[in-house]
Amino acid sequence: MGGGFGERARLQVPAPRSDLSEPEPVVSELDKPKRDLEVPGDWTYASAPESRDIVRIAERYGHFVGGEWLEPAETYETIAPRDEEPLAAVGQGTRADVDCAVAAARAAYADGWSSLSGSERAKYLFRIARLLQERSREFAVLESLNGGKPIKESRDVDLPLAAAHFFYYAGWADKLEYAFPNRRPRPVGVAGQIIPWNFPLLMLAWKVAPALACGNTVVLKPAETTPLSALLFCDVLRQAELPPGVVNIVTGDGRTGAALVEHDGVDKIAFTGSTEVGKGIQRRLAGSGKRLTLELGGKAANIVFDDAALDQAVEGIVNGIYFNQGHVCCAGSRLFVQESIYEPLVAKLQRRLSTLRVGDPLDKNTDIGAINSAAQLEKIRELVASGEQEGAEIYQPPCTLPEKGYWFAPTVFTNVAQSYRIAQEEIFGPVLSVLTFRTPEEAIEKANNTPYGLSAGVWTEKGSRILWMAQRLRAGVVWANTYNRFDPSSPFGGYKESGFGREGGRHGLEPYLEFDR
Amino acid sequence: MAQAPALPAGFELPLEARLPRIGAVDAVALEERAASLAKRSIKREAKVWALLLAIRTTDLTTLEGADTPGKAAALASKARRPDPSDASVPPVAAVCVYPNLVPAVRERLAGSDVKVAAVATGFPSGQYPTAVKLADVRSALELGADEIDMVIDRGAFLSGRYAKVYDEVAQVKEACGGAHLKVILETGELGTYDNVRRATLLAIAAGADFVKTSTGKIAPAATLPVALCMLEAIRDVYEETGRRVGFKAAGGIRQAKQAVQHLVLVHETLGPEWLTPELYRLGASSLVNDVLMQLRKERTGAYQSPDYFTLD
Amino acid sequence: MTRLPVRKTYKLYIGGAFPRSESGRTYEAEGQNVARASRKDVRDAVRAARAAQPGWAAATAYNRGQVLYRLAEMVEARAAEFAGLCSGREEVEGAIDRIVWYAGWADKLAQVLGGSNPVAGPYFNFTVPESTGVVAVLAPEAPPLLGLVTRLLPPLVGGNAVVAVVSEARPLAAVELAEAIATSDVPGGVVNVLTGFAAELGPWLASHMDVNAIDLCGADGDAAELERLAAENVKRVVHGAADAQSPWEVGAFLELKTVWHPIGR
Repeated sequence: MGGGFGERARLQVPAPRSDLSEPEPVVSELDKPKRDLEVPGDWTYASAPESRDIVRIAERYGHFVGGEWLEPAETYETIAPRDEEPLAAVGQGTRADVDCAVAAARAAYADGWSSLSGSERAKYLFRIARLLQERSREFAVLESLNGGKPIKESRDVDLPLAAAHFFYYAGWADKLEYAFPNRRPRPVGVAGQIIPWNFPLLMLAWKVAPALACGNTVVLKPAETTPLSALLFCDVLRQAELPPGVVNIVTGDGRTGAALVEHDGVDKIAFTGSTEVGKGIQRRLAGSGKRLTLELGGKAANIVFDDAALDQAVEGIVNGIYFNQGHVCCAGSRLFVQESIYEPLVAKLQRRLSTLRVGDPLDKNTDIGAINSAAQLEKIRELVASGEQEGAEIYQPPCTLPEKGYWFAPTVFTNVAQSYRIAQEEIFGPVLSVLTFRTPEEAIEKANNTPYGLSAGVWTEKGSRILWMAQRLRAGVVWANTYNRFDPSSPFGGYKESGFGREGGRHGLEPYLEFDR
Repeated sequence: MAQAPALPAGFELPLEARLPRIGAVDAVALEERAASLAKRSIKREAKVWALLLAIRTTDLTTLEGADTPGKAAALASKARRPDPSDASVPPVAAVCVYPNLVPAVRERLAGSDVKVAAVATGFPSGQYPTAVKLADVRSALELGADEIDMVIDRGAFLSGRYAKVYDEVAQVKEACGGAHLKVILETGELGTYDNVRRATLLAIAAGADFVKTSTGKIAPAATLPVALCMLEAIRDVYEETGRRVGFKAAGGIRQAKQAVQHLVLVHETLGPEWLTPELYRLGASSLVNDVLMQLRKERTGAYQSPDYFTLD
Repeated sequence: MTRLPVRKTYKLYIGGAFPRSESGRTYEAEGQNVARASRKDVRDAVRAARAAQPGWAAATAYNRGQVLYRLAEMVEARAAEFAGLCSGREEVEGAIDRIVWYAGWADKLAQVLGGSNPVAGPYFNFTVPESTGVVAVLAPEAPPLLGLVTRLLPPLVGGNAVVAVVSEARPLAAVELAEAIATSDVPGGVVNVLTGFAAELGPWLASHMDVNAIDLCGADGDAAELERLAAENVKRVVHGAADAQSPWEVGAFLELKTVWHPIGR
C-alpha cells in the first residue's frame, strides 16, 4: 500500500501541458489559388495523406543508456518500407553496448528504483501514459512510416493501446499485495526484452509497463527494421523525468539480441518473435536460472458456423488476417467454414476483398499498408508459390501495387488441404487459407491439429456452442464473434509452441515478480 | 389475401407467415464496421462529387402539421434550384410532403424532373385500419403524387403478426399501380438490428421498390449502423435474385458530413450502381443548405455562414 | 492604495452546476458565508445523481480511471490553494496520492472482486461486480480534504453517483474540491457536494427511497437513528473509516451479479 504522509521525495502529478509544441506548417486555404474543381465520372476517393511534418526524425541515433545517448560504434540504415526511403542511421549494438546498458539498468535498480514506493513508481508510469496520449499523432505517423502499417491502425489501435497499457500497469505498481496475497511479491531485477517489428511501440508498452510497475529495470532491444518509435519513446522518458537507467534502449539486429540473452547481468528475458528464435533462446538459457517468457508464432483457426451472423463474420475474417497486413502472431490465418454455408460465405469474402484499399501507409483511407521488409516479402511470396504448387486455388482482388517498396495483395486460397504448407506454416502476411468442416467436433480436431496454440476464433450465434468450443480449443486466446481484440486488462499468450507466459491483466505481472511461494 | 408481386425465382418464402430468411446480425460488429466506414477521408474532388450526389438524391422534405400551400411551394422552388447563385448545383430528386400539399408542390415543380412524393398510410404512426390506409394512398395518388412513402404497421410487427405487415405492404403496392413505393420501417421502434433485417426482407418480399429507415419523427432515425444493416439485406436480395431494391436514409441527417458518410456506406456495400436517384435517396430538409455551404467552401476556400443561403 | 480582492461565493455543487441553496440560507464557516443546503437541495441532488449514474456506470472502467486521474491533475494544479484550506501541504499531497491510488483500481476491480466459478455442471458461471447506484456520503468533520476524498473515491471508482454532505465546520476545502471536479471531465451529477448542517441533512438522505447506499462516516451520534431510517428501502449501510484505503472500501458500494450459461454443442 502506498500513499499517505511521510514518504520521501513525492512525485508530483504534473498539470497537463497547455503550451503548444512546434506548430505544424499550415498553408491557408485562402492563399491557395481558387480552383474549379474537376468532378470525376465515378467516385474515386482523393488521396488523404496524413502530414509527416508532425514528427522530426534525426539523421542519426545512438543507444539510450543511463538516461544519455551513447555514441554507437557501428550504425545501419533504417528505411520506410513503402518506398525504401532511408529514414535514419541507428546503432548496431555491440556486446560492449549491451554491457553498458545492463550495467546502467543494474545501477538504477540498486540505486533506488526497486525501493521507490509503488505509488511513486505508479506516478511515473501514469506520466508516460499521458505523454503518449498527448503525442499520439506524432508517434502514429512515425510508426506507419518506419513499419508500413496504415495510419488508420497506428492512430486508432497501436497508440491508444500503448498508452492504455502504461495506464493500466501504473495502477498495479502499488497494489501488488492485492494481486498476489500472502506471496510477498518483489521485483526480479534487470529484465532483458526483445520485441518484434509488427507492433513496435505497442510491444514496447507490453514489455516495459509491467516490468517497471513491478519495480524492475529494463534493457530493451527493438526489432531491427523498426527502431524509430522506441528511440522517440526515449524523449517521452525524458519528459516524464524517469530516473536514468530505469529504461535503456539498445538497437541492432539478432546479434544484439543474442548478446542481451546471454548476458549474466540480466535476471529475466522476455521475447516476442518467431518460434524458431524462441526455441533458440530457450535452449540457450537452459540451466542458467534465468526467468523466461516467450510469445511466439501462431496459425490460428477462425471457425465459422452456419448460424453465424454472416456479414459480421466476414468483417471478422477480414480483420483477422488483413489487419496489419497479416503481420500478427494471432492472425486468423486458417479459415474453417462449415460446409453448409461455404458458398455464400466465400462469395461474400471475395466481394469484400475488392473494397480493401492497398496503398500508402500515411493515407488515411488505406486499409492495407506495406510489407515490413524485403525479407518478409520474400517469405510470403515463397509460401504463396508453394500453395499454388500444392494445388490450392488462389484469389486476389485486382489492385495496383506501387512500384517501389514492399507490397503484397490480399490473398485467399481455397481448396486447401490440412497438410499443405500454407495451412501448416506461419506466413505472417495477408494470405488466408480456407478449409471446411461439418461438425463442431471436426472443427475442434482440425483447429487443434497444429504445434501452435496462440489464438482462435469462433463465429456462431449460439451461446452454448461458443462456450463449448472455447472450452475445447487449445489456444491462449479465444475470440467469439469478434477477432483481434486487445485490452491491457486481458491476458494474452499461447499454448504449446506459441510460447508461455501471459501479457496483460493481473497475470501479466507474474513474470516480473519473485515470490516467497 | 393480398397477391404478392411475381418475384424472380430463388427468393421463395416459407409458407407460414411469409417471413423471409433472416439470419442474425451481430450488433457490436455491425456498429464497428459502420464506424470504420465513417472514418473514410473524402476530400477535394471526391468530396465535391459526393456533395453533388447528395443533392441529386435528396428528397427535400416538410412534414409538419403547420405546413401550408405557401410553405410547400417555397420548398418546391428550392428543390428545383437549390442554389440560385450556382447553376452547376443540380435539382434534388423529389419533394416529400403530406397529401394535402401535393397540388401546391406539383404546380411549382411543373416542367422540372423533380418528383413529388407523398407520405401515406396514416403516416407517421400507421395505427389505422388497413382500409383507411389504402384510401389514404389512393387519394394521395389522385392528388398527383409520383411516389408513395408508406409506413409499416409496427404494432403488428412487434407483436409477431408478420403476415399482417406483409399483406398490408402488398396491398399498398397494388394500390400504387405504377407509382414508386417506399416502405418506411421506423427502425428506431424496432429494437434490434435482427428486427431491422427481418423487416427489410419482409418489405422487399411484399413488393417495396425502396426501403426507408424512418419517418423522421422520432430518434434514433437513420444512424449509420442501421443503414448498413439494411444495405446488407438489400445486397443479399440482389445476390440471390438479381433484383435491385432502393434505399432511403431519412431522419437525423442534418450535416453534409453525415450525408457523405452515408454515401460511403452505399459505395462500399452495394457498389457504384446504387449511387443514383433511381436507387438511393436521402430524406432531409436542413441538409441541403449545409451541403451548399460545403460546396461553396470547396470552391472558394473559405468557411461559410448560413446567412448566405436561403431558408425556404 | 492596496487593491481590493474579488471575494469568492461559496455555493453548492449539484448536477454539474454551482447553485445557491434553494432555501436562500447561508451559515458562517471559516470566516465566510457558505451555502446552507436544505432538504430540497438534497432532493435535487439525488435526482441529479440518479440521472447521471447510468452514464457513469456505463463508461468503460478505463475511462473512469482516466477521469479520476485527471481529478488528481486538477487538484495538484491547485495544491497551493488547497493547502491553505486544510492542515497543509502534507494533507493535500496525501489526498492527491489517494485519488491516484483509487483511479488505478477502476480497471482492476473485476479481476480482484469477481471471477469465474467452477460449478458442478456443464455451465459457464461468472461473477461481476456492479455499481449499486446512488450513494449518500456523510463526510468526516476532519481532515477537511483528505477525509472527504477518502470517502468520496470508493463509491465513485465503482461507477456510483454520490451526494456528499461535507464537514460543517470546515467546508471550504470541499467547495474547492467541487471546483476541481467540475473541471476534470467528471460528468455533471456524478458528484454532488452539499455544504450545511449534517444533522439536518443526514436524515433526509437516510430516508430517501431513491438512494441505494449510505456512508455514515461523519454521522457521529446520529448513526443509530440514520440506520433505522435507512432500513425503509434496505439501503446498504457502510460505516466508512476516515483514513481507509482498500479495494474492499470500493466493494462496499458494489453489487455482485452471477451469470450462468450452458456449455454445449
